Amino acid sequence: MIALLVRDLRLATRAGGGFGLGVAFFLILSALVPFGVGPDRAVLAPIAPGILWVGALLACLLSLDRIFALDHEDGSLDLLAIAPLPLEGAVAVKALAHWVTTGLPLVLAAPLFGLLLHLPPRAMPALVLSLAVGTPALSMLGAFGAAITVGLRRGGLLLSLLVLPLYVPTLIFGAEITRRGAEGLAIATPLVFLAGITLAVLALIPLAAAAALRVNLR
Amino acid sequence: MSIWQYANPARFMRTTEGVLPWLVGGAVICCVTGLVWGFLTPDDFRQGSTVKIVFLHVPAAMMAINIWVMMLVASLIWIIRRHHVSALAAKAAAPIGAVMTVIALATGAIWGQPMWGSWWEWDPRLTSFLILFLFYVGYIALWSAVEDPDSAADLTGVLCLVGSVFALLSRYAVLFCNQGLHQGASLSVQSGERMSHVYRYPLYLAMLGFFLMFLALVLIRTRTEIRRRRLAALQAREMRA
Repeated sequence: MIALLVRDLRLATRAGGGFGLGVAFFLILSALVPFGVGPDRAVLAPIAPGILWVGALLACLLSLDRIFALDHEDGSLDLLAIAPLPLEGAVAVKALAHWVTTGLPLVLAAPLFGLLLHLPPRAMPALVLSLAVGTPALSMLGAFGAAITVGLRRGGLLLSLLVLPLYVPTLIFGAEITRRGAEGLAIATPLVFLAGITLAVLALIPLAAAAALRVNLR
Repeated sequence: MSIWQYANPARFMRTTEGVLPWLVGGAVICCVTGLVWGFLTPDDFRQGSTVKIVFLHVPAAMMAINIWVMMLVASLIWIIRRHHVSALAAKAAAPIGAVMTVIALATGAIWGQPMWGSWWEWDPRLTSFLILFLFYVGYIALWSAVEDPDSAADLTGVLCLVGSVFALLSRYAVLFCNQGLHQGASLSVQSGERMSHVYRYPLYLAMLGFFLMFLALVLIRTRTEIRRRRLAALQAREMRA
């Protein structure tokens, strides 16, 4: 499992791996929104939690098809399927690798982009905490979507159509945590819900994703 | 006698052929009577004549949710027992469910405009219906994207299972971000009667009519799917010969 994780991370960081593209996309989005709605602090500050979370969602979506597509093309996915490691474990590791390359940089960079969008400083802990708790669920759900669409020729658009509705609960609670943080309210309740969703997703989705992969490798 | 014998496509075709005319007839009678009767009801003292759209809105909304549940059950049967008719029935039901969702949303918007003064509000019920519609669209798109029919049935089955959990989760999660404008349930088994008889009986009839209509449509569409599979099998045999 660790070897697989290291391999995926190495592939992502080498040339053409797309490491950091998600953060760059996030930066562009944060820069575009003020052009769209105007740079007024009174307008930007209230919508900043939502923009940041939607941005994180879309940035996560960008690199989803890479989770399995390249391995499917060169056949290493078939090898993974017959390896002693259960396919569920392989799916979990690949989702973890996706999170380390996409989700973790987003979590670390988010306060900077919050600054760009005039998010109040006291919301920063809530923003980082909500992203840190929520983005693993995004990666895992994305791995499920990627597993379903891996054999399809034009899977990209379908992938986003399938995955985005699954992101709704995570988005609601994540944005709610950040908004409450910005207003100085207690964040415990939505945080517990978000953590519950993430843990349930981490526990159950690998089974569904592995089942979908087995169908596609048949 | 068990329900599983209808998993045999030939038997399914034979039985449904006899049942279908009755279903279609019952659906037409119930829908027409329910809707006409509903249209002739007196105006509500507060909502005026706009209340009459309830006879379309409520049955469509009810069916939109129940069709998804039916797809969930059919997908489970396919995944567990590998009966092809079940997978085809789930496939056949999805577009009907999507249309029901659209009807519920559209009539809701038309009703909401005079009552709430707005076509659309981010009310929990409206939002969860929109999300349900997105799930329907994704499900249908996945069916049409996968070429091999058995793989398509498997993948959509898994998607339906995961989607059900998340549709339910979203339904309660949206309560978190906005409190409702939509009225609560006016028809409820537990809380007794909240709606006048004048409206209740035509509404029941319209609901029954929509249910029969769905049954008839899903049987027709499943029969079409079975015929399409037979045709594909015949063509494949001819190619080989």
